[in-house]
Amino acid sequence: MIGTMRGLLTTARWLLRRPVTAHYPEQHMPVQERYMGFPALLTDDTADEPFCTGCMVCVRECPTQCMSAQMHDNPKFADGSSHRRKIIEEFEINLNRCILCGICVDVCSFDAIEMSYEHELASYARAGARADLTLLLEQGKRYVETSGWTPANPEKNSAGAALAKKAAAAPAAPASGGNEESA
Amino acid sequence: MRTQAAYETVDMMLNMGPQHPATHGVFRMVLTVDGERVVDVTPHIGYLHRGSEKLAEHESYGQVVTLFDRLDYVSNLNNELIFCRAAERLMGVEPPERAQYIRTILAELNRLASHLLFIGTYAIDLGGMTPIMYGFRERERIQNLFESVTGARMMHNFIRIGGVKEDAPPGFAPRVRALLDDAERGVAEIDRLLTFNEVFLARTRGVGVIDAPSALSCGLTGPSLRASGVAYDVRKDYPYEVYPYLSYKVPVGENGDCWDRYYMRVLECYESVSMVRQCLDQMEDGPVMAQMRRIARPPKGEVYVHGENPRGDIGVFLVSDGTDKPYRVKVRPPSFCNLVALRPMMRGAYIADAVAILGSLDIVLGEVDR
Repeated sequence: MIGTMRGLLTTARWLLRRPVTAHYPEQHMPVQERYMGFPALLTDDTADEPFCTGCMVCVRECPTQCMSAQMHDNPKFADGSSHRRKIIEEFEINLNRCILCGICVDVCSFDAIEMSYEHELASYARAGARADLTLLLEQGKRYVETSGWTPANPEKNSAGAALAKKAAAAPAAPASGGNEESA
Repeated sequence: MRTQAAYETVDMMLNMGPQHPATHGVFRMVLTVDGERVVDVTPHIGYLHRGSEKLAEHESYGQVVTLFDRLDYVSNLNNELIFCRAAERLMGVEPPERAQYIRTILAELNRLASHLLFIGTYAIDLGGMTPIMYGFRERERIQNLFESVTGARMMHNFIRIGGVKEDAPPGFAPRVRALLDDAERGVAEIDRLLTFNEVFLARTRGVGVIDAPSALSCGLTGPSLRASGVAYDVRKDYPYEVYPYLSYKVPVGENGDCWDRYYMRVLECYESVSMVRQCLDQMEDGPVMAQMRRIARPPKGEVYVHGENPRGDIGVFLVSDGTDKPYRVKVRPPSFCNLVALRPMMRGAYIADAVAILGSLDIVLGEVDR
Protein backbone atom coordinates (compact mmCIF):
# COMPACT_ATOMS: atom_id res chain seq x y z
CA MET A 1 0.00 0.00 0.00
CA ILE A 2 2.74 2.43 0.93
CA GLY A 3 4.64 1.51 -2.24
CA THR A 4 1.60 2.17 -4.39
CA MET A 5 0.99 5.54 -2.75
CA ARG A 6 4.61 6.46 -3.23
CA GLY A 7 4.35 5.53 -6.89
CA LEU A 8 1.28 7.70 -7.34
CA LEU A 9 3.08 10.57 -5.65
CA THR A 10 6.01 10.28 -8.08
CA THR A 11 3.61 10.29 -11.00
CA ALA A 12 1.70 13.24 -9.61
CA ARG A 13 4.89 15.23 -9.23
CA TRP A 14 5.64 14.77 -12.89
CA LEU A 15 2.23 16.03 -13.89
CA LEU A 16 3.38 19.54 -13.12
CA ARG A 17 6.70 19.41 -14.96
CA ARG A 18 7.48 20.06 -18.56
CA PRO A 19 7.55 17.01 -20.85
CA VAL A 20 10.94 15.90 -22.13
CA THR A 21 9.59 14.54 -25.41
CA ALA A 22 9.20 16.30 -28.75
CA HIS A 23 6.29 15.77 -31.14
CA TYR A 24 8.25 14.47 -34.04
CA PRO A 25 6.84 15.55 -37.39
CA GLU A 26 6.20 19.08 -36.15
CA GLN A 27 9.17 19.34 -33.82
CA HIS A 28 12.67 18.24 -34.68
CA MET A 29 15.26 17.63 -32.02
CA PRO A 30 18.52 19.31 -33.02
CA VAL A 31 21.32 16.91 -33.92
CA GLN A 32 24.68 17.02 -32.19
CA GLU A 33 27.68 18.53 -33.91
CA ARG A 34 29.32 15.17 -34.61
CA TYR A 35 26.13 13.54 -35.79
CA MET A 36 26.67 11.02 -38.55
CA GLY A 37 23.79 11.04 -40.98
CA PHE A 38 23.87 9.81 -44.54
CA PRO A 39 27.12 10.33 -46.44
CA ALA A 40 27.24 13.33 -48.76
CA LEU A 41 29.75 14.50 -51.31
CA LEU A 42 31.38 17.87 -50.95
CA THR A 43 32.01 20.52 -53.57
CA ASP A 44 35.35 22.26 -54.02
CA ASP A 45 34.24 25.88 -54.39
CA THR A 46 37.64 26.98 -55.66
CA ALA A 47 37.15 24.92 -58.82
CA ASP A 48 33.38 24.49 -58.73
CA GLU A 49 33.62 20.72 -58.93
CA PRO A 50 33.40 17.83 -56.46
CA PHE A 51 36.41 16.93 -54.35
CA CYS A 52 35.82 13.31 -55.28
CA THR A 53 38.16 11.82 -57.85
CA GLY A 54 36.38 8.49 -57.99
CA CYS A 55 39.30 6.58 -56.52
CA MET A 56 36.89 3.88 -55.26
CA VAL A 57 38.49 3.50 -51.81
CA CYS A 58 35.18 4.16 -50.05
CA VAL A 59 33.40 1.79 -52.41
CA ARG A 60 35.84 -0.99 -51.57
CA GLU A 61 35.90 -0.33 -47.83
CA CYS A 62 32.13 -0.05 -47.37
CA PRO A 63 31.03 -2.97 -45.20
CA THR A 64 27.66 -3.19 -46.92
CA GLN A 65 28.72 -2.40 -50.50
CA CYS A 66 26.13 0.33 -50.71
CA MET A 67 28.10 2.59 -53.06
CA SER A 68 29.19 2.61 -56.63
CA ALA A 69 31.34 5.15 -58.41
CA GLN A 70 32.77 5.84 -61.82
CA MET A 71 35.50 8.31 -62.79
CA HIS A 72 36.42 10.07 -66.01
CA ASP A 73 39.12 12.49 -67.17
CA ASN A 74 38.66 15.90 -65.69
CA PRO A 75 38.16 18.50 -68.46
CA LYS A 76 39.17 21.24 -66.01
CA PHE A 77 42.56 19.62 -65.54
CA ALA A 78 43.24 20.06 -69.25
CA ASP A 79 42.54 23.80 -69.15
CA GLY A 80 44.49 24.21 -65.94
CA SER A 81 41.67 25.33 -63.66
CA SER A 82 41.91 22.25 -61.45
CA HIS A 83 44.62 19.97 -60.13
CA ARG A 84 42.44 16.87 -60.30
CA ARG A 85 43.25 14.71 -63.30
CA LYS A 86 40.31 12.42 -62.76
CA ILE A 87 36.94 13.42 -61.49
CA ILE A 88 33.85 11.60 -60.43
CA GLU A 89 31.34 11.01 -63.18
CA GLU A 90 28.69 8.91 -61.49
CA PHE A 91 28.25 8.19 -57.84
CA GLU A 92 25.38 6.33 -56.29
CA ILE A 93 24.72 5.46 -52.68
CA ASN A 94 21.88 3.18 -51.77
CA LEU A 95 20.86 4.85 -48.56
CA ASN A 96 18.73 1.86 -47.57
CA ARG A 97 21.84 -0.25 -47.32
CA CYS A 98 24.00 2.36 -45.65
CA ILE A 99 24.66 1.60 -41.98
CA LEU A 100 26.08 5.04 -41.16
CA CYS A 101 29.35 3.63 -39.88
CA GLY A 102 31.51 6.44 -41.24
CA ILE A 103 34.17 4.14 -42.65
CA CYS A 104 33.96 5.85 -46.06
CA VAL A 105 34.82 9.16 -44.40
CA ASP A 106 37.76 7.64 -42.54
CA VAL A 107 39.35 6.12 -45.62
CA CYS A 108 38.86 9.08 -47.96
CA SER A 109 42.08 10.98 -48.49
CA PHE A 110 40.54 13.69 -50.66
CA ASP A 111 38.14 15.22 -48.09
CA ALA A 112 35.46 14.33 -50.60
CA ILE A 113 32.88 12.53 -48.51
CA GLU A 114 31.46 13.45 -45.16
CA MET A 115 28.67 12.18 -42.94
CA SER A 116 26.02 14.87 -43.32
CA TYR A 117 23.19 15.73 -40.95
CA GLU A 118 20.60 14.19 -43.29
CA HIS A 119 18.78 11.36 -41.61
CA GLU A 120 15.26 11.26 -42.92
CA LEU A 121 14.87 8.47 -45.40
CA ALA A 122 11.24 8.70 -46.47
CA SER A 123 10.61 9.72 -50.05
CA TYR A 124 7.81 9.65 -52.58
CA ALA A 125 9.72 7.82 -55.29
CA ARG A 126 10.21 4.11 -55.41
CA ALA A 127 13.94 4.53 -55.93
CA GLY A 128 14.03 7.54 -53.61
CA ALA A 129 16.72 6.08 -51.38
CA ARG A 130 19.16 5.77 -54.25
CA ALA A 131 21.12 8.97 -54.00
CA ASP A 132 22.89 10.00 -57.18
CA LEU A 133 25.72 12.47 -57.63
CA THR A 134 23.45 15.52 -57.90
CA LEU A 135 21.59 14.71 -54.71
CA LEU A 136 24.75 13.82 -52.83
CA LEU A 137 26.40 17.11 -53.77
CA GLU A 138 23.26 18.98 -52.84
CA GLN A 139 23.26 17.30 -49.43
CA GLY A 140 26.92 18.15 -49.10
CA LYS A 141 26.20 21.83 -49.75
CA ARG A 142 23.49 21.79 -47.12
CA TYR A 143 25.90 20.14 -44.69
CA VAL A 144 28.57 22.77 -45.31
CA GLU A 145 26.01 25.50 -44.69
CA THR A 146 24.85 24.11 -41.36
CA SER A 147 28.15 22.83 -40.01
CA GLY A 148 30.68 25.28 -41.45
CA TRP A 149 32.76 22.40 -42.74
CA THR A 150 36.13 23.10 -44.32
CA PRO A 151 38.50 20.56 -45.88
CA ALA A 152 40.89 19.02 -43.37
CA ASN A 153 43.75 19.10 -45.84
CA PRO A 154 43.16 22.14 -48.09
CA GLU A 155 46.65 22.56 -49.55
CA LYS A 156 46.41 19.06 -50.98
CA ASN A 157 42.77 18.80 -51.89
CA SER A 158 41.48 22.30 -52.57
CA ALA A 159 42.06 23.25 -56.20
CA GLY A 160 42.83 26.89 -55.51
CA ALA A 161 45.49 26.15 -52.91
CA ALA A 162 46.95 23.20 -54.80
CA LEU A 163 47.30 25.15 -58.04
CA ALA A 164 48.86 28.11 -56.24
CA LYS A 165 51.37 25.77 -54.60
CA LYS A 166 52.17 24.21 -57.92
CA ALA A 167 52.68 27.64 -59.51
CA ALA A 168 54.97 28.67 -56.64
CA ALA A 169 57.01 25.48 -57.01
CA ALA A 170 57.62 26.09 -60.73
CA PRO A 171 57.99 29.88 -61.03
CA ALA A 172 57.48 31.41 -64.46
CA ALA A 173 58.93 28.44 -66.37
CA PRO A 174 56.02 26.32 -67.60
CA ALA A 175 57.68 22.92 -67.69
CA SER A 176 56.43 20.86 -70.56
CA GLY A 177 54.89 17.51 -69.69
CA GLY A 178 57.00 16.71 -66.63
CA ASN A 179 54.95 18.95 -64.40
CA GLU A 180 51.94 16.74 -64.71
CA GLU A 181 53.58 14.16 -62.49
CA SER A 182 53.05 16.28 -59.42
CA ALA A 183 49.31 16.55 -59.95
CA MET B 1 -19.92 -44.09 -11.73
CA ARG B 2 -16.71 -42.94 -13.38
CA THR B 3 -13.33 -44.39 -12.53
CA GLN B 4 -10.46 -42.23 -11.36
CA ALA B 5 -8.76 -42.63 -14.76
CA ALA B 6 -11.49 -40.52 -16.32
CA TYR B 7 -10.36 -37.51 -14.26
CA GLU B 8 -6.68 -37.83 -15.05
CA THR B 9 -5.21 -34.90 -16.93
CA VAL B 10 -2.46 -34.72 -19.48
CA ASP B 11 0.15 -31.98 -19.72
CA MET B 12 -0.54 -29.29 -22.23
CA MET B 13 1.91 -27.72 -24.65
CA LEU B 14 1.69 -23.96 -24.67
CA ASN B 15 3.51 -21.96 -27.30
CA MET B 16 4.85 -18.57 -26.30
CA GLY B 17 6.40 -16.38 -28.97
CA PRO B 18 8.13 -15.75 -31.29
CA GLN B 19 5.89 -12.71 -31.71
CA HIS B 20 5.27 -12.03 -28.07
CA PRO B 21 6.04 -8.64 -26.55
CA ALA B 22 7.40 -10.08 -23.32
CA THR B 23 10.11 -12.10 -25.01
CA HIS B 24 12.09 -8.94 -25.81
CA GLY B 25 12.54 -9.85 -29.43
CA VAL B 26 11.84 -12.94 -31.44
CA PHE B 27 12.24 -15.72 -28.94
CA ARG B 28 9.99 -18.75 -28.71
CA MET B 29 9.37 -20.88 -25.66
CA VAL B 30 7.36 -24.07 -25.73
CA LEU B 31 5.98 -24.48 -22.25
CA THR B 32 4.69 -27.82 -21.00
CA VAL B 33 2.10 -26.95 -18.43
CA ASP B 34 0.21 -28.94 -15.88
CA GLY B 35 -2.70 -26.69 -15.00
CA GLU B 36 -1.12 -23.43 -13.88
CA ARG B 37 2.31 -24.92 -13.30
CA VAL B 38 5.14 -25.05 -15.79
CA VAL B 39 6.52 -28.57 -16.00
CA ASP B 40 9.11 -27.99 -18.66
CA VAL B 41 10.26 -25.32 -21.09
CA THR B 42 12.00 -25.67 -24.42
CA PRO B 43 13.53 -22.48 -25.80
CA HIS B 44 13.69 -22.07 -29.57
CA ILE B 45 16.12 -19.55 -30.91
CA GLY B 46 17.47 -18.44 -34.25
CA TYR B 47 14.77 -16.10 -35.51
CA LEU B 48 17.19 -13.20 -35.58
CA HIS B 49 20.18 -15.12 -36.89
CA ARG B 50 22.21 -12.95 -39.24
CA GLY B 51 25.35 -15.00 -39.38
CA SER B 52 27.51 -12.30 -37.85
CA GLU B 53 30.34 -14.70 -37.08
CA LYS B 54 30.49 -15.92 -40.65
CA LEU B 55 30.11 -12.42 -42.08
CA ALA B 56 33.06 -11.35 -39.96
CA GLU B 57 35.29 -13.76 -41.85
CA HIS B 58 34.74 -11.78 -45.04
CA GLU B 59 35.30 -8.33 -43.63
CA SER B 60 38.43 -6.51 -42.61
CA TYR B 61 39.13 -6.00 -38.91
CA GLY B 62 37.91 -2.44 -39.02
CA GLN B 63 34.63 -3.48 -40.58
CA VAL B 64 33.99 -6.28 -38.08
CA VAL B 65 33.51 -3.62 -35.40
CA THR B 66 30.27 -2.63 -37.15
CA LEU B 67 29.02 -6.19 -36.81
CA PHE B 68 29.79 -6.24 -33.10
CA ASP B 69 27.70 -3.10 -32.69
CA ARG B 70 24.75 -5.13 -33.77
CA LEU B 71 25.14 -8.13 -31.49
CA ASP B 72 23.89 -6.78 -28.22
CA TYR B 73 22.15 -3.75 -29.60
CA VAL B 74 21.54 -2.03 -26.29
CA SER B 75 25.16 -2.09 -25.13
CA ASN B 76 26.96 -1.47 -28.40
CA LEU B 77 30.08 0.13 -27.01
CA ASN B 78 30.76 -2.78 -24.68
CA ASN B 79 30.66 -5.10 -27.68
CA GLU B 80 32.95 -2.92 -29.76
CA LEU B 81 35.34 -2.79 -26.85
CA ILE B 82 35.59 -6.54 -26.52
CA PHE B 83 36.38 -7.10 -30.19
CA CYS B 84 38.92 -4.31 -30.30
CA ARG B 85 40.59 -5.68 -27.18
CA ALA B 86 40.83 -9.10 -28.79
CA ALA B 87 42.42 -7.69 -31.94
CA GLU B 88 44.77 -5.51 -29.89
CA ARG B 89 45.88 -8.50 -27.82
CA LEU B 90 46.60 -10.37 -31.02
CA MET B 91 48.62 -7.50 -32.44
CA GLY B 92 50.36 -6.63 -29.21
CA VAL B 93 49.07 -3.06 -29.30
CA GLU B 94 48.41 -1.13 -26.11
CA PRO B 95 45.97 1.76 -26.54
CA PRO B 96 47.01 5.07 -24.95
CA GLU B 97 45.79 5.77 -21.46
CA ARG B 98 43.37 8.52 -22.43
CA ALA B 99 41.77 6.19 -24.97
CA GLN B 100 41.35 3.58 -22.26
CA TYR B 101 39.66 6.10 -20.00
CA ILE B 102 37.31 7.23 -22.75
CA ARG B 103 36.48 3.62 -23.54
CA THR B 104 35.79 2.83 -19.91
CA ILE B 105 33.59 5.88 -19.49
CA LEU B 106 31.60 5.02 -22.59
CA ALA B 107 31.32 1.36 -21.62
CA GLU B 108 30.07 2.20 -18.15
CA LEU B 109 27.61 4.75 -19.47
CA ASN B 110 26.38 2.14 -21.90
CA ARG B 111 25.98 -0.30 -19.03
CA LEU B 112 23.94 2.32 -17.23
CA ALA B 113 21.77 2.86 -20.32
CA SER B 114 21.29 -0.86 -20.74
CA HIS B 115 20.31 -1.40 -17.12
CA LEU B 116 17.90 1.54 -17.26
CA LEU B 117 16.23 -0.11 -20.23
CA PHE B 118 16.12 -3.40 -18.35
CA ILE B 119 14.49 -1.85 -15.30
CA GLY B 120 11.87 -0.20 -17.47
CA THR B 121 11.05 -3.23 -19.56
CA TYR B 122 11.08 -5.52 -16.55
CA ALA B 123 8.44 -3.37 -14.92
CA ILE B 124 6.40 -3.58 -18.13
CA ASP B 125 6.75 -7.36 -18.09
CA LEU B 126 5.19 -7.32 -14.65
CA GLY B 127 2.46 -4.87 -15.58
CA GLY B 128 3.95 -1.61 -14.30
CA MET B 129 3.67 0.96 -17.07
CA THR B 130 5.34 3.97 -15.45
CA PRO B 131 9.01 3.07 -14.84
CA ILE B 132 9.82 2.60 -18.52
CA MET B 133 8.98 6.25 -19.13
CA TYR B 134 11.57 7.31 -16.57
CA GLY B 135 14.02 4.69 -17.75
CA PHE B 136 13.78 5.87 -21.32
CA ARG B 137 14.09 9.49 -20.28
CA GLU B 138 17.44 8.86 -18.62
CA ARG B 139 18.60 6.54 -21.37
CA GLU B 140 17.80 9.21 -23.93
CA ARG B 141 20.13 11.64 -22.17
CA ILE B 142 22.92 9.08 -22.28
CA GLN B 143 22.29 8.45 -25.96
CA ASN B 144 22.39 12.16 -26.65
CA LEU B 145 25.78 12.23 -25.01
CA PHE B 146 26.89 9.31 -27.16
CA GLU B 147 25.70 11.20 -30.20
CA SER B 148 27.84 14.18 -29.27
CA VAL B 149 30.89 11.95 -28.73
CA THR B 150 30.57 9.23 -31.35
CA GLY B 151 28.17 10.74 -33.85
CA ALA B 152 25.54 8.03 -33.50
CA ARG B 153 23.00 7.14 -30.88
CA MET B 154 23.32 3.40 -31.10
CA MET B 155 25.57 2.03 -33.85
CA HIS B 156 28.68 3.98 -32.98
CA ASN B 157 31.66 2.34 -34.68
CA PHE B 158 33.68 4.57 -32.36
CA ILE B 159 36.04 2.25 -30.52
CA ARG B 160 38.83 1.31 -32.88
CA ILE B 161 41.60 -1.24 -32.77
CA GLY B 162 44.32 0.69 -30.94
CA GLY B 163 42.21 3.39 -29.37
CA VAL B 164 39.12 5.38 -30.20
CA LYS B 165 38.07 7.20 -33.35
CA GLU B 166 38.57 10.71 -32.04
CA ASP B 167 39.04 12.55 -28.79
CA ALA B 168 36.12 13.49 -26.61
CA PRO B 169 34.52 16.78 -27.70
CA PRO B 170 35.25 19.99 -25.77
CA GLY B 171 33.16 20.28 -22.65
CA PHE B 172 32.90 16.53 -22.35
CA ALA B 173 33.71 16.20 -18.64
CA PRO B 174 31.26 18.83 -17.34
CA ARG B 175 28.57 17.47 -19.62
CA VAL B 176 29.07 13.91 -18.37
CA ARG B 177 29.08 15.11 -14.78
CA ALA B 178 25.77 16.90 -15.25
CA LEU B 179 24.37 13.81 -16.92
CA LEU B 180 25.55 11.60 -14.09
CA ASP B 181 23.79 13.77 -11.52
CA ASP B 182 20.59 13.53 -13.55
CA ALA B 183 20.99 9.81 -14.12
CA GLU B 184 21.62 9.15 -10.45
CA ARG B 185 18.47 11.05 -9.56
CA GLY B 186 16.58 9.19 -12.27
CA VAL B 187 17.74 5.78 -11.09
CA ALA B 188 16.87 6.72 -7.52
CA GLU B 189 13.43 7.74 -8.70
CA ILE B 190 12.78 4.43 -10.43
CA ASP B 191 14.30 2.62 -7.49
CA ARG B 192 11.92 4.39 -5.11
CA LEU B 193 9.01 3.73 -7.43
CA LEU B 194 9.57 0.06 -8.05
CA THR B 195 12.02 -1.81 -5.83
CA PHE B 196 10.01 -2.13 -2.64
CA ASN B 197 6.58 -1.81 -4.19
CA GLU B 198 4.36 -4.50 -2.66
CA VAL B 199 2.98 -5.73 -5.97
CA PHE B 200 6.46 -5.88 -7.46
CA LEU B 201 7.77 -7.78 -4.44
CA ALA B 202 4.89 -10.24 -4.62
CA ARG B 203 5.61 -10.91 -8.27
CA THR B 204 9.38 -11.33 -7.94
CA ARG B 205 10.31 -12.46 -4.43
CA GLY B 206 10.97 -16.20 -4.35
CA VAL B 207 10.17 -16.57 -8.06
CA GLY B 208 12.62 -18.31 -10.38
CA VAL B 209 15.06 -19.18 -7.63
CA ILE B 210 18.38 -20.65 -8.66
CA ASP B 211 21.06 -21.47 -6.12
CA ALA B 212 24.73 -20.71 -6.56
CA PRO B 213 25.98 -24.22 -7.52
CA SER B 214 23.36 -24.74 -10.20
CA ALA B 215 23.77 -21.18 -11.44
CA LEU B 216 27.46 -21.84 -11.90
CA SER B 217 26.89 -25.18 -13.57
CA CYS B 218 24.41 -23.55 -15.98
CA GLY B 219 27.07 -21.04 -16.96
CA LEU B 220 25.19 -18.01 -15.71
CA THR B 221 27.27 -14.86 -15.63
CA GLY B 222 26.81 -11.21 -14.91
CA PRO B 223 24.19 -9.76 -12.61
CA SER B 224 22.09 -12.92 -12.92
CA LEU B 225 24.90 -14.98 -11.38
CA ARG B 226 25.78 -12.41 -8.76
CA ALA B 227 22.15 -12.44 -7.63
CA SER B 228 22.72 -16.04 -6.55
CA GLY B 229 25.57 -14.99 -4.29
CA VAL B 230 28.61 -15.63 -6.48
CA ALA B 231 30.84 -12.56 -6.62
CA TYR B 232 32.15 -13.17 -10.13
CA ASP B 233 32.81 -10.06 -12.14
CA VAL B 234 35.28 -10.01 -15.02
CA ARG B 235 36.12 -6.41 -14.27
CA LYS B 236 37.31 -7.42 -10.80
CA ASP B 237 38.65 -10.91 -11.45
CA TYR B 238 40.39 -10.33 -14.78
CA PRO B 239 40.83 -6.56 -14.85
CA TYR B 240 41.10 -4.79 -18.18
CA GLU B 241 41.22 -1.20 -19.43
CA VAL B 242 41.39 1.13 -16.41
CA TYR B 243 39.19 -0.89 -14.07
CA PRO B 244 42.11 -1.71 -11.73
CA TYR B 245 42.46 2.02 -10.95
CA LEU B 246 38.83 2.42 -9.96
CA SER B 247 37.30 1.55 -6.63
CA TYR B 248 33.89 0.01 -6.78
CA LYS B 249 31.82 -2.69 -5.16
CA VAL B 250 30.43 -5.72 -6.89
CA PRO B 251 26.86 -6.06 -5.62
CA VAL B 252 26.05 -9.63 -4.62
CA GLY B 253 22.59 -10.99 -3.91
CA GLU B 254 21.41 -13.67 -1.51
CA ASN B 255 18.44 -15.59 -2.79
CA GLY B 256 18.95 -15.84 -6.52
CA ASP B 257 15.35 -14.97 -7.25
CA CYS B 258 13.94 -12.53 -9.78
CA TRP B 259 13.95 -9.66 -7.32
CA ASP B 260 17.64 -10.15 -6.59
CA ARG B 261 18.46 -10.27 -10.27
CA TYR B 262 16.57 -7.03 -10.73
CA TYR B 263 18.13 -5.37 -7.69
CA MET B 264 21.68 -6.28 -8.69
CA ARG B 265 21.19 -4.20 -11.80
CA VAL B 266 19.82 -1.25 -9.87
CA LEU B 267 22.84 -1.33 -7.58
CA GLU B 268 25.16 -1.65 -10.57
CA CYS B 269 23.68 1.55 -11.96
CA TYR B 270 24.92 3.44 -8.89
CA GLU B 271 28.32 1.75 -9.15
CA SER B 272 28.62 2.70 -12.80
CA VAL B 273 27.84 6.31 -11.97
CA SER B 274 30.59 6.35 -9.36
CA MET B 275 33.03 4.65 -11.74
CA VAL B 276 32.50 7.22 -14.47
CA ARG B 277 33.04 10.01 -11.94
CA GLN B 278 36.35 8.46 -10.89
CA CYS B 279 37.40 8.11 -14.52
CA LEU B 280 36.68 11.79 -15.15
CA ASP B 281 38.77 12.72 -12.12
CA GLN B 282 41.71 10.59 -13.18
CA MET B 283 41.65 11.27 -16.90
CA GLU B 284 44.53 13.24 -18.38
CA ASP B 285 45.14 14.70 -21.81
CA GLY B 286 47.03 12.71 -24.36
CA PRO B 287 46.75 10.83 -27.61
CA VAL B 288 43.73 8.60 -28.20
CA MET B 289 45.12 6.28 -30.84
CA ALA B 290 48.12 3.96 -30.63
CA GLN B 291 50.89 4.18 -33.20
CA MET B 292 50.05 1.46 -35.67
CA ARG B 293 49.41 0.79 -39.31
CA ARG B 294 46.19 2.13 -40.67
CA ILE B 295 45.00 -1.28 -41.77
CA ALA B 296 45.01 -3.81 -38.95
CA ARG B 297 46.81 -6.99 -39.93
CA PRO B 298 47.44 -9.12 -36.84
CA PRO B 299 50.07 -11.85 -37.00
CA LYS B 300 49.08 -15.49 -37.21
CA GLY B 301 47.64 -16.73 -33.97
CA GLU B 302 44.56 -17.01 -31.84
CA VAL B 303 43.32 -15.29 -28.75
CA TYR B 304 40.42 -15.46 -26.33
CA VAL B 305 39.46 -12.26 -24.59
CA HIS B 306 36.53 -11.72 -22.30
CA GLY B 307 34.98 -8.79 -20.54
CA GLU B 308 32.00 -7.80 -18.48
CA ASN B 309 28.96 -6.76 -20.48
CA PRO B 310 25.76 -5.53 -18.85
CA ARG B 311 24.36 -9.01 -19.38
CA GLY B 312 27.36 -11.01 -18.29
CA ASP B 313 30.67 -12.37 -19.39
CA ILE B 314 31.16 -11.82 -23.12
CA GLY B 315 34.05 -13.58 -24.78
CA VAL B 316 35.60 -13.35 -28.22
CA PHE B 317 37.73 -16.08 -29.71
CA LEU B 318 39.64 -14.64 -32.60
CA VAL B 319 41.82 -16.59 -35.01
CA SER B 320 44.04 -14.74 -37.43
CA ASP B 321 45.79 -16.26 -40.42
CA GLY B 322 47.94 -13.18 -40.93
CA THR B 323 45.70 -11.48 -43.49
CA ASP B 324 43.62 -8.36 -43.01
CA LYS B 325 40.49 -10.44 -42.39
CA PRO B 326 39.89 -12.66 -39.37
CA TYR B 327 39.99 -16.38 -40.04
CA ARG B 328 37.41 -17.11 -37.39
CA VAL B 329 35.45 -15.03 -34.91
CA LYS B 330 33.58 -16.87 -32.20
CA VAL B 331 31.53 -14.97 -29.69
CA ARG B 332 30.50 -16.27 -26.32
CA PRO B 333 27.34 -14.24 -25.90
CA PRO B 334 26.23 -13.83 -22.29
CA SER B 335 22.51 -13.72 -23.12
CA PHE B 336 22.70 -17.02 -24.97
CA CYS B 337 24.59 -18.77 -22.20
CA ASN B 338 22.28 -17.32 -19.55
CA LEU B 339 19.31 -18.87 -21.34
CA VAL B 340 20.57 -22.29 -20.24
CA ALA B 341 19.36 -21.42 -16.75
CA LEU B 342 15.83 -20.86 -18.03
CA ARG B 343 14.73 -24.45 -17.57
CA PRO B 344 15.87 -24.96 -13.96
CA MET B 345 14.42 -21.57 -13.05
CA MET B 346 11.08 -22.12 -14.70
CA ARG B 347 10.32 -25.66 -13.59
CA GLY B 348 7.52 -25.58 -11.08
CA ALA B 349 6.75 -21.91 -11.56
CA TYR B 350 3.36 -20.52 -12.51
CA ILE B 351 2.68 -19.68 -16.14
CA ALA B 352 2.22 -16.05 -15.15
CA ASP B 353 5.72 -16.06 -13.70
CA ALA B 354 7.28 -17.35 -16.90
CA VAL B 355 7.43 -13.80 -18.21
CA ALA B 356 8.89 -12.53 -14.95
CA ILE B 357 11.63 -15.17 -15.05
CA LEU B 358 12.52 -14.64 -18.69
CA GLY B 359 12.53 -10.88 -18.20
CA SER B 360 14.82 -11.13 -15.19
CA LEU B 361 17.52 -12.76 -17.33
CA ASP B 362 17.56 -9.63 -19.51
CA ILE B 363 18.27 -11.32 -22.81
CA VAL B 364 18.90 -9.48 -26.05
CA LEU B 365 18.00 -11.58 -29.04
CA GLY B 366 20.49 -9.91 -31.33
CA GLU B 367 23.15 -11.47 -29.19
CA VAL B 368 21.44 -14.81 -28.61
CA ASP B 369 21.04 -15.52 -32.31
CA ARG B 370 23.95 -13.45 -33.64
